[in-house]
Amino acid sequence: MKILIRLIPLVLFILLGVLLYRGLFLNPQAMPSALVGKTFPEFSLTRLSNQQQTLSNADFKPGIKLVNVWATWCPSCKVEHPFLVKLSKDKRFSLYGINYKDNRSDAKKWLKFYKDPYQFSIFDDAGRLGLNLGVFGAPETFVVDHKGVIRKRFAGVLEPRVWQREFLPLINTIETEMMQGK
Amino acid sequence: MSKLLQLFSTMTISCLLAFAVQAGPIDTYTFPDEVTKKRFNELTYELRCPKCQNQNLADSNSPIAQDLRKEVYDMLIDGRSDGEIMTFMVERYGEFVLYRPRVSSITYALWFGPIVFVLIGGFVVFMFVRRKDDEPEHLSEEQKQQLKSILKD
Repeated sequence: MKILIRLIPLVLFILLGVLLYRGLFLNPQAMPSALVGKTFPEFSLTRLSNQQQTLSNADFKPGIKLVNVWATWCPSCKVEHPFLVKLSKDKRFSLYGINYKDNRSDAKKWLKFYKDPYQFSIFDDAGRLGLNLGVFGAPETFVVDHKGVIRKRFAGVLEPRVWQREFLPLINTIETEMMQGK
Repeated sequence: MSKLLQLFSTMTISCLLAFAVQAGPIDTYTFPDEVTKKRFNELTYELRCPKCQNQNLADSNSPIAQDLRKEVYDMLIDGRSDGEIMTFMVERYGEFVLYRPRVSSITYALWFGPIVFVLIGGFVVFMFVRRKDDEPEHLSEEQKQQLKSILKD
């Protein structure tokens, strides 16, 4: 009994130590999105390439969707762009862009110059859709499943390693769910 | 000479203070009344900027903080309650935006951990102290007298 009481502070100290030590290696940017598991927010915004055309959730194709938040003012977006062009050839999902708080003519020029990997880009001038998505910067990428539910949010540059480790397994999972008719 | 120096240092300090006051971001919002203004200040003080991680909305100059301040302002003007505004933010940016997280099953450790620690610590200290103040029983009457006289000095 005596020895047990004496050991309590030590045990607590070790537990706290382990907890804080683990905390040192957590990535503060990788916070879970509040939106995972919720449906993609409703929007009604113009198409980047045509300001006469209004887009809404209904314009997404059925199936798995990858929604990428980008802007010309964002240097990391330039870094991830070639990889997005590669991804756009994958038939298992369709890739969409949200042009976030940008200038329309600059953004159009960018897509002309670097190739346009997106089915379409939503022109989110005021950042309203971004706000509803909990976006706090660019680039960010969302995986939306066949039911329109957000399954993943990733903040940062999408690159092959991240893709292999975090995105592919999820896409496989969603594909299985689709086949099972869930 | 020393007068001059004093004047100079006073001026320097007041300049620094003037800059310090202006260091925060400047928004030009007009409020219908003092209460709304106070609520705006309180809300932007309580909400954390999602991008800068360790600044509140009131302190941060990042674009997202500006947007969120605008959002808070619009909602206040719209007549929404503080609770509604907080919920709006949490629905989008998660519990993370709250500097004071709500009490829920995932934050129990955060809220009650310290109390538990203090209680356990108190218990351990209590157990030790209680044992210590037993008077030594193996001393003879003479030795006890001796001990008392030593302690008196």
